[in-house]
Amino acid sequence: MKLSQLEPGQSGIIKEFTDLEMSIKLMEMGCLPGESIVVERIAPLGDPIAITVSGYQLSLRKREASTIIMQ
Amino acid sequence: MGQELKVALVGNPNSGKSTLFNILTGLNQKIGNFPGVTVEKKEGFYKLPDNRIARIIDLPGTYSFYPKSRDERIVMDALADENNSVHPDLIVFVADASNLKRNLLLFSQVADLQIPIIIALNMMDLAINGGISISVDELALKLGVQVIPISARKLEGIEQLKLAISYSSSIPLQLPSIDVVALAPHLIKKIQSDLNIEHPYIALQLAHQHEQLSFLSREENKLIEDIKSEFSFHSQKLQAVETIGRYNAINDVLFDTVKLNSDPGRETMSNRIDNVLTHRIFGFVIFFAILFIIFQSIFAWSEYPMSLIERLFIWVTYQGHQILPLGVFADLLIDGVLAGLSGVLIFIPQIAILFAFISILEDTGYMSRVTFMMDKIMRKVGLSGKSIVPMIGGFACAVPSIMSTRNIENWKDRMITIMVTPLIACSARLPVYTLLISMVVPDEKVWGFINMQGIALMALYVLSILSAIIVAWAMKLIIKSRERGYFIMELPVYRMPRWNNVLLTMYKSVKTFVFEAGKIIIAVSIILWVLSSYGPSQKFESIEEKYKLESYTQKYSSNEIERLEASEKLENSYAGLLGKSIEPVIKPLGFDWKIGIALITSFAAREVFVGTMATIYSVEADESNLASVRDKMLMAKNPDTGMPVFTVAVAFSLMIFYAFAMQCISTVAIVYRETKSWVWPAIQFAYMTSLAYIASFIVYQLLK
Repeated sequence: MKLSQLEPGQSGIIKEFTDLEMSIKLMEMGCLPGESIVVERIAPLGDPIAITVSGYQLSLRKREASTIIMQ
Repeated sequence: MGQELKVALVGNPNSGKSTLFNILTGLNQKIGNFPGVTVEKKEGFYKLPDNRIARIIDLPGTYSFYPKSRDERIVMDALADENNSVHPDLIVFVADASNLKRNLLLFSQVADLQIPIIIALNMMDLAINGGISISVDELALKLGVQVIPISARKLEGIEQLKLAISYSSSIPLQLPSIDVVALAPHLIKKIQSDLNIEHPYIALQLAHQHEQLSFLSREENKLIEDIKSEFSFHSQKLQAVETIGRYNAINDVLFDTVKLNSDPGRETMSNRIDNVLTHRIFGFVIFFAILFIIFQSIFAWSEYPMSLIERLFIWVTYQGHQILPLGVFADLLIDGVLAGLSGVLIFIPQIAILFAFISILEDTGYMSRVTFMMDKIMRKVGLSGKSIVPMIGGFACAVPSIMSTRNIENWKDRMITIMVTPLIACSARLPVYTLLISMVVPDEKVWGFINMQGIALMALYVLSILSAIIVAWAMKLIIKSRERGYFIMELPVYRMPRWNNVLLTMYKSVKTFVFEAGKIIIAVSIILWVLSSYGPSQKFESIEEKYKLESYTQKYSSNEIERLEASEKLENSYAGLLGKSIEPVIKPLGFDWKIGIALITSFAAREVFVGTMATIYSVEADESNLASVRDKMLMAKNPDTGMPVFTVAVAFSLMIFYAFAMQCISTVAIVYRETKSWVWPAIQFAYMTSLAYIASFIVYQLLK
């Protein structure tokens, strides 16, 4: 299951990444394997999405969210 | 003059670094550029109790040492190179206490550079409200550095921080977080010995980023390149390993020091606000309502202070003509310098109001929601959601906005943003628009509250946005690129704006305008006065002779002769000749040679148009008649037809010309600096000028 497939209000735990370059940026921003993510909302036009991770909100595009594999 | 202590503020974006910088330095700030690059360098100072001067450098916010943009590269350049002019004696690491884990990632990297460091643990109030308790002493003990809890917005802990800075150790005390050498033992040792580098982490960073660092020689770069291929160095894999290793170490530190007392609950205040402000319908309605309010306010609130400044200058001009002896000096002072000065000062109210709004939007966290909402549309036309900030900034001035495109990581997104930002109606166009609108659009209200002039102004602003979008879309199809764009952005919690900060932003923007743009405006005013007062001397003498002939002195009164002579002199001055030479080209747009002069001089900056008009018409006007520029322009008649020069068609054609044309030397210069090539500014200049010519032509021919 990819992060991009979650609906607003749903949550999950990060398992792994499918893109090395993107994973470095995501980890720097606090998205680490084992962290739990809550999808807070989707932008009015359907993309990007806003998630809560380690206590703060992050926005990322669906294409970027699709590189995060959830447990 | 005591000794100097160089202090660098380092931290994540949104950690409150800039707030702290403003508190520590107040108005003792200097905004410049980092050497060699165009990243804004914020520097300030304050006096330490022992008479030393603390020189504070606010380094750009970054999430890690692996830079994704040019802003972030500065951090590495400043900290890794001991010969850099901003290499600090002490680092104050500003950490967001409510998000300590992520903040400590950068801290652990910075700490490994072995520069003395203390932590300013900011936003303690937020952390406490969020149910996070941090045992500060324990944290300090585990990291080996001083930790000062502060709350910059509430001005708490600032004195303690200042004390800690004064009495900071001059040798690094921080404990190592991870075994850096173990990441790439042979490579690090080889770089250390070959390049004579003391600290292993700097050696490793050189391997990662040597191509982007400014302080290495070509030989050193080659050497590192060879060492990298010798040990088959894989930068990304190693970054991932390092990042995970650091987080493991941080988790160990935080395990005993940070406790989550209670679950703050999902429906926080910020979330509730977001439910409305990023709502699929209300979100956009509110965004456009805010834009509407901003532009109505610029007009409504600035009216009174502007007319005050206007009247003051009319009074000073009148007094000047009374007191000063007639002659070249008085003319230069009054019609050259004073006219130019009033053209600068008159726009202070509008600029201050606009920057107040921009500063509030950024401070509250709303600006990043705008980015969040607009990303999808922006991407369709070849821009990123991040382009919205430079483009909204473009309403104030294209120059800082083009500089701010540096945090757009993607090259293509960035280039397109740079290319279209000057189309956005900047504040320098505002004087041109205000003047022309007030001449031809009636100051009437529709439905009792909507100002017609405000509507005309808003239409020009909407036009600027539409044209930027269309051009961006066209460029998306033309410019080719392989680079990928990130859009991973923090959404900070909503906060009340800091009114001090709003005032400081207003002050700084006005100061920049008056001293940077103002210099050009006054200089151009004086040059213009010279150009319009002098001409080829033979021609001038023959005009003077002509009006002394009896055929004139008998036919006209002395007043009329004076006016005719002045008018003919202006027509034959250098400025007149210049304007006339381009008249055939601009005639189809409805412009005469006087407007031609203004078009030429306002290449320096658009607002010069107004100063030029002021000078041209005050030179031409009757001595005793000291009405404002607007009235003088309205009275201007076409000498051939006797009809007013500034008709509705001409005024709108002019406004459209200024909407599109690249009438700004500073923008050309900054685009050259940012793109490091003359190709981009040349393309930009060519496409904008053609667009302006064609659009003005159509508008004039339709309205005339």
